[in-house]
Amino acid sequence: MSSPRGGGGKEGGGEGERQIHVLAVDDSCVDRAVIVGLLRSSKYRVTAVDSAKKALELLGTEPNVDMIITDYSMPEMTGYELLKSVKESPTLKEIPVVMMSSENDPSKINRCLEEGAVEFLLKPVKPSDVSLLSALMRS
Amino acid sequence: MSLMVLREQLNVLVNSMFLEGLLDAQFRQLQMLQDASNPGFVAEVITLFCEDSERMLTELTKLLDQAVVDYQKVDAYVHQLKGSSSSVGAQSVKLSCIQFKQFCEENNKEGCLSELNMVKHQYYSLRSKFETMLQLEQRIQAYDSEQQN
Repeated sequence: MSSPRGGGGKEGGGEGERQIHVLAVDDSCVDRAVIVGLLRSSKYRVTAVDSAKKALELLGTEPNVDMIITDYSMPEMTGYELLKSVKESPTLKEIPVVMMSSENDPSKINRCLEEGAVEFLLKPVKPSDVSLLSALMRS
Repeated sequence: MSLMVLREQLNVLVNSMFLEGLLDAQFRQLQMLQDASNPGFVAEVITLFCEDSERMLTELTKLLDQAVVDYQKVDAYVHQLKGSSSSVGAQSVKLSCIQFKQFCEENNKEGCLSELNMVKHQYYSLRSKFETMLQLEQRIQAYDSEQQN
């Protein structure tokens, strides 16, 4: 998949560039801190929440989210269920969703990709994983 | 003590943690994310990891103290601890958690108790060195600030 942008967090060119906004979802405070650090080092604007429910609440009020990156396994509502909700929503379905998991489970990975996830990252997420994301951002 | 000596002490400490197997390459990835715009990143992640780990170790101790052990809950906490230790590069803790999960799957209480002790041992060894690391980093940053003023 190609992108008009190179790596990094600005959209468009010239004056008034809007910083690319990524919503990170993970119930682990440690993993949240790590993914936020990784994304901010790539100059993305990052909002981090600890549940899929809070992610949906934020998506209902925040119009400019260019990507969602979510953990698969979370209590109450999983990342997979969040993915499905996003892809079933007429207003949210164009937002690319990246899944993260510590488990290398092919059936889980396929299920997410079939449901519309643009990428599935294995934890621990590394800077090289984040550098791939620029090509997947909402255009 | 000069800045150079402090930095050398910090390097020696961190290198020894790698050599002892306490840390793995993921920790280096986190160190690379720390820069002038995010000077406290490593300290923040280490602090969160320690707080979270101690919470989980407390819960695991309670669960394994029960007459009838809920291995699903135990496994859930071990999974979380394995995940966070993997994310910060805490290799020895992560490896103990992998073994721990095996005992959970076997519903082996004795094995779980033994491995909980091992995880605690690995964690507290790591925490002690993290504390020294953070103290050295604070001294280095204080020295840097003084030099700039």
